[in-house]
Amino acid sequence: MKNQESEKLIYSVKDFNLWYGDTHALKDISLDIPHKQVTAIIGPSGCGKSTFIKTLNRMVELVPSVKMKGDINYKESNIFDSKSSVETLRTEVGMVFQKPNPFPKSIYDNIAYGPRIHGIKNKTILNEVVEKSLKGAALWDEVKDRLNENAFGLSGGQQQRLCIARALAVEPDVILMDEPTSALDPLSTAKVEDLIQELKKDYSIIIVTHNMQQAARISDKTAFFLNGEVVEFDATEKMYSNPNDKRTDDYISGKFG
Amino acid sequence: MKEKRIVINENKTNRRVAYNKIGRVLFFLSTAFGMIVLATLLIRIFTQGIGYLNWNFLTNYASRRPEDAGIKAAIAGTVWVMGITIPVSLILGVGTAIYLEEYAPRNRLTRFIELNISNLAGVPSVVFGLLGLTVFVRFFAMGRSILAGGLTMSLLILPIIVVAAKEAIRSIPQEQYEAAYAMGATKWQIIRTVVLPAATPGILTGAILSLSRAVGETASLLMIGAMAFIAYLPDSIYSSFTVLPIQIFNWAGRPQAAFQAVAAAGSIVLLVILILMNSLAIVIRNKYTKRY
Repeated sequence: MKNQESEKLIYSVKDFNLWYGDTHALKDISLDIPHKQVTAIIGPSGCGKSTFIKTLNRMVELVPSVKMKGDINYKESNIFDSKSSVETLRTEVGMVFQKPNPFPKSIYDNIAYGPRIHGIKNKTILNEVVEKSLKGAALWDEVKDRLNENAFGLSGGQQQRLCIARALAVEPDVILMDEPTSALDPLSTAKVEDLIQELKKDYSIIIVTHNMQQAARISDKTAFFLNGEVVEFDATEKMYSNPNDKRTDDYISGKFG
Repeated sequence: MKEKRIVINENKTNRRVAYNKIGRVLFFLSTAFGMIVLATLLIRIFTQGIGYLNWNFLTNYASRRPEDAGIKAAIAGTVWVMGITIPVSLILGVGTAIYLEEYAPRNRLTRFIELNISNLAGVPSVVFGLLGLTVFVRFFAMGRSILAGGLTMSLLILPIIVVAAKEAIRSIPQEQYEAAYAMGATKWQIIRTVVLPAATPGILTGAILSLSRAVGETASLLMIGAMAFIAYLPDSIYSSFTVLPIQIFNWAGRPQAAFQAVAAAGSIVLLVILILMNSLAIVIRNKYTKRY
């Protein structure tokens, strides 16, 4: 915990609380999320981990009954500050969802969607962004000959990497991943995990996962959520070999969850 | 072996099987009744009207002599009225649907409005005709013009278009919105790039079906006073007009048998137009509807 101060932070969350109507979903969350590392968030269903990650790009506000209190600082500025727009935040903080959700458009138009909504019309630039993003998501070789085909023709694993490529096309600094492999077969999961290892060189990645082995394989730091609270947050290695809290130990060793 | 609790009784079994057969026959008869009536109607219209159906029928104006009577003015009137109705009802209908689905808060007032829109779809067209007469013809002093007719027609089919567009928008999965929001899109960008492209086939299908209702609509236009004897083509939206169903209605009301046949010929043309429109709607629905 000591050297944490010297690490560069991408997010700093302080005493954050969130309610859905009367349900207190996140309780006094305080977390410092490091820059250009993979931070995993684990915990049983309903512990608030998905809610938490959706708060980081303010997607949670799409739920009408949501109420929030506390601070979340992204690169030194509060994301709830009235001066900062959610559109800017979401441009810098990309997101990949549980179920692959490509648009019913061609592969090319899926990737070009983000740049286009940000006003890029130049065909040369778009072509470059599409190629770079697909290469970044390790999908280029599989789809380079059929960029104009509908994205729904791809396999589930390819669709999920397409969604990652689509997120990369907006050139974000952070990528949030909400159980990105839970709908994929083991082979596609392995590909996405390899990809995450590649991506962390350039991006800060925060990943929610149900799969504790996955968190152990790919993350640098892990936060364990339970009933809307952070039970433990530490280096993944430390957490898996020698957790501080008994509940973490019980969860990791499979006694519940 | 356990004792069997279902004892086979030949009588009971026979009765069950008999009921089964009776059911089958009853349901077949219900279907057949509708089909026979429809077929009789079609056969009658075709045998009666086919003799008058030729090129002159399409290019002549209405006439006192049945052999010279044609539907040129009626077809032109229908096209002009649709020229008002299509843009007005589409813009207002799709706009309303987008507001209700995307912007309106989910509260009692919104639900009340939505319920009333669905109810409006079931209001008899004569009532819309009265509304058109009071508001467009008299209050806005448009007279018995194409403009008044087209606007009345727009009101008539507006609820149907709103409901169809709402359904089409609602069938877009939430994940599609999330994908766009997560890249920093604004609501309007999402409506333009995600919602409208995905909802267009559904909206078009609903719009064409409701327009085919408008093409065959008589009562509301009678109320606002569309005329049946027009021997000129409309030259502006303020011209008086007639439309196909009113022309047919008028011919059918005349005592001479020959005009009955002319009315039948007009019905054939109307039927063909409606079948074409409905087929177009089916083609659009089957070909362009997005599947997720």
